[in-house]
Amino acid sequence: MSESFVELRSVNKSYWRDRLEIPVLNNINLSVPEGEFVALMGPSGSGKTTLLNLIAGIDRPSAGEVSVNGESVSQLSEGALARWRSRNIGFVFQFYNLMPVLNAFENVELPLLLTRLSRSERRRQVETALTIVGLADRMKHYPNQLSGGQEQRVAIARAIVTDPRLILADEPTGDLDKVSAEEVMELLSRLNKEFNKTIIMVTHDPRAAEKAHVWRHLDKGELNNKQ
Amino acid sequence: MPLLVSYSYKNILARKLTSTLTVFGIGLVVFVFCAVLMLSNGLGETLIATGEDDNAIVIRKASQTEVQSIIYRDVANAIKADAAIRKDPDGTPIVTSEILVLINQPKRGSNEPSNVPVRGVSEMSIRIRPAFELIEGRMWRPGTSEIIAGAKVAESFQGCGLGETVRFGMRDWTVVGIFETGGSGFESELWGDVDQLMDAFGRPVFSSLTMQLTSPDEFDSFKARLEGDPRYTAEVMREKEYYEEQSRFTTVFINAMGVTISIIFSLGAIVGAMITMYAAVANRTTEIGTLRALGFGRRSVLFAFLIESLMIALIGGAIGILGATFLRFVEVSTTNWNTFAELAFSFEISTEIVIYAFIFAVVMGFVGGFLPAVRAARFRIVNALRAK
Amino acid sequence: MKVLKLVSKNATRHLLRTALTILGLAIAVMAFAVIRTSIDAWYAGARASSPNRLVITNAISLVFDLPVAYKDKIAQIDGVTGISWAQWFGGTYVDPKNFFPQFAIDGETYLDLYPEYIIPSEQREAFLSERNAVIVGRALADRFGWSIGDPIRLTGTIFPGEWDFVIRGIYTGKMETTDESQWFMRYDYLDERMKVEAPPRAGQVGSFIVQIDDPSRAAQMSAFIDSLFVNSLAETKTQTEEAFQLSFVAMASSIVTGLRIVSFMVIGIILLVLANTMAMTARERVSEYAVMKTLGFRPIHIVGLIFGESLVIAGIGGLLGVIITFPINGLLAEVIKDYFPIFKLDPLTLVLGLVSSLIVGFVAAVFPTLKAVRTPIVDGLRIID
Repeated sequence: MSESFVELRSVNKSYWRDRLEIPVLNNINLSVPEGEFVALMGPSGSGKTTLLNLIAGIDRPSAGEVSVNGESVSQLSEGALARWRSRNIGFVFQFYNLMPVLNAFENVELPLLLTRLSRSERRRQVETALTIVGLADRMKHYPNQLSGGQEQRVAIARAIVTDPRLILADEPTGDLDKVSAEEVMELLSRLNKEFNKTIIMVTHDPRAAEKAHVWRHLDKGELNNKQ
Repeated sequence: MPLLVSYSYKNILARKLTSTLTVFGIGLVVFVFCAVLMLSNGLGETLIATGEDDNAIVIRKASQTEVQSIIYRDVANAIKADAAIRKDPDGTPIVTSEILVLINQPKRGSNEPSNVPVRGVSEMSIRIRPAFELIEGRMWRPGTSEIIAGAKVAESFQGCGLGETVRFGMRDWTVVGIFETGGSGFESELWGDVDQLMDAFGRPVFSSLTMQLTSPDEFDSFKARLEGDPRYTAEVMREKEYYEEQSRFTTVFINAMGVTISIIFSLGAIVGAMITMYAAVANRTTEIGTLRALGFGRRSVLFAFLIESLMIALIGGAIGILGATFLRFVEVSTTNWNTFAELAFSFEISTEIVIYAFIFAVVMGFVGGFLPAVRAARFRIVNALRAK
Repeated sequence: MKVLKLVSKNATRHLLRTALTILGLAIAVMAFAVIRTSIDAWYAGARASSPNRLVITNAISLVFDLPVAYKDKIAQIDGVTGISWAQWFGGTYVDPKNFFPQFAIDGETYLDLYPEYIIPSEQREAFLSERNAVIVGRALADRFGWSIGDPIRLTGTIFPGEWDFVIRGIYTGKMETTDESQWFMRYDYLDERMKVEAPPRAGQVGSFIVQIDDPSRAAQMSAFIDSLFVNSLAETKTQTEEAFQLSFVAMASSIVTGLRIVSFMVIGIILLVLANTMAMTARERVSEYAVMKTLGFRPIHIVGLIFGESLVIAGIGGLLGVIITFPINGLLAEVIKDYFPIFKLDPLTLVLGLVSSLIVGFVAAVFPTLKAVRTPIVDGLRIID
């Protein structure tokens, strides 16, 4: 077995609401080797999204450690975290979260603005990413001119445009019809197989989870190992 | 730090109504701001144009204005002999003794009377003011009741146009010529033969003497000599400074009024910009969360919104300035409170005014956009992503 | 009452935005009121004038005088019940910036014609019995810290030389609109010195003030007086005191017009601010309105909701504006009292400000309402963001 790429050790997370501690994650240990495709499943409120946010470094654990590729995410300052995220993580949201005022090309280009790439290099990468998701012909379209499935594919293009090794997807098919959902899952699967992207995906759609290699179940903040 | 300039401006385009309303709010304020500066600039230009560098003017001590000044003939003759006054090749000193009085004359259009300055001049008066140019008609014939009118008086007062007549001093005066003096305050005056006017007004005294000095450096000693002589009780000023002094109160008044109004107006525009930007931030909470999740720092988000606000302000500023430039076609005339005489001038734009107006717009955009931008930058990513 | 509750709940939904809008409105209403007050300030002289008084000046302009001898001819006219005269002195006190109006008056007759200047009788006696005595207004005395008995020296601008005076009286105004910033010296003090120093200028006055018994005959009497002196070296121009005062306002007509335009622009700003808020609010709630329509609410209810909210915000903003007008106006009055001694807030101005803000509230609601009512339910439901 290859060494772990994403590693969570004894991670706890709780929120405070009106002096009341609400535990969300309880002693989570998770190890994901590079090139793995993990599906995080569980009922709503089980803490799946929180777990994903911790890995992405957009939230911090109350206790325990999160490390990605040997880098201890929980130790980084906020600014360093933002830079780290832009290089190492691709994020896919349930509601796509495209900027409505930017067209497909510009949306995909956004993360590249954080790099030192020249305009022509950016253009090439964006075109490559959009070609991979099969939307090279929709570059000038705005989000409201695209279908839900297309929007999500643009969002995936945005996630891979910086060529990150880890892709985090939060219910990527949650808002899509069956056909679109299949397209999106096919795409993620391809990214995993052809481009060796490590993918951690939150979902409660069993059909979507089928494409994953490993399934983890979260229930009331506890992780049950299940292959 | 990456800038999201195109994101900012595309958002402005996306919210047409709100952006337009805010742009016009700022535009209106910048318009008023420009108008005031242009007005005070126009007044200044008119008065700076009035007067030559090497000319000096003599009035009675402490009288402040020509209208209140009285210089007797014998005093005038004694002053004319001063060596500091430049002379013609034939030996005539280049100096003119003039009388200035006000006549109450109705304006065209409104029919409201206002005070027109009437200046009794000599041939030398015209030589001493090189900008003088007769643009229509002819000069008066000596010994007649003929006068010439400054272009601005001719335009705005009844009876002062070419061929018309004005009645004062029990005579009807025919306007036989119209003159310009390069936009200076003299264009708001009627000019006639000094002897005829003295006679008509029953005032055998001069108001002022204006002379060309042999050199501008002579001014200080000339001033000291005249003011030190107890026979004269004279006050000597450089012609330019005298005319600037003449409008001090009016200039100060216009500026004070304008600045007060601009500040109050700008508060309104800032509030408008703030409302717009707060709404922009609130409506785009998820977008902000997404940007942050993609790796954009707090500062990038802050600047994205600040730039958006500044762009709105700059567009508004440009519209305001553009609108204000049309004011150049508007002629203003008001009573100069130092002299009680009507003075015509126009709105004059200058590079400085354009710069000030843009700075003013930028300040409004910055103040209006800063707090909302800070709020946007302070969102926690997790909360922002969850917002609906 | 349920609707009112919804209106107020809606208005407080974006508390910050509502607060900013109210603030913007309040500032604009305050600006409107202050600008209107400064327009009124120009007319203070005209409003304080009496219909029983006529002012006679030289027909040419205010820089020309009239012979004091005219008084006898005018006094004999039927209907004239009193006559006095005054000369504009125009001296400077220490610095030319310290401007205040100075009149050399014929003591007894002048004070009789102006009962609105209230002077204790012993001060009046003192003024009448001493040639270089002066009476000054309360505001003027306060401005320079003068009190009775103080010697004051002025430098003449029109009448050259140094002039020494003693303050013998301080008058107060009978009405709020009475100007308390004037200086009255004795005409004979001026005239005696002119007889010695500049004989041609002696016996000249700037204006006559005539009291008439019947204000309705003012025009007719003015014409008659002028006809007496027509074709003389000093022709006269007679007008009512009000018209005389208004002629000074007319000289500043472009400033007054400018102020009027600006006061309307302020209303424009209010409109932009409120219209912006209402447009945003209504756009955000398109789907809510669609839900309400689905539930069976009729367009009139939606109209009521939007107009209600707009008017509530406008009303509160207007009221707050009226409240902050008082201190701001007071502050401004203090700053410019040397030039505009009468700077008083007219209640009508406040009413106008409040009414304008309500009208603006109404107008600002029109477009969002049209949009909300016209949006088909289906489209409204679809627009979530």
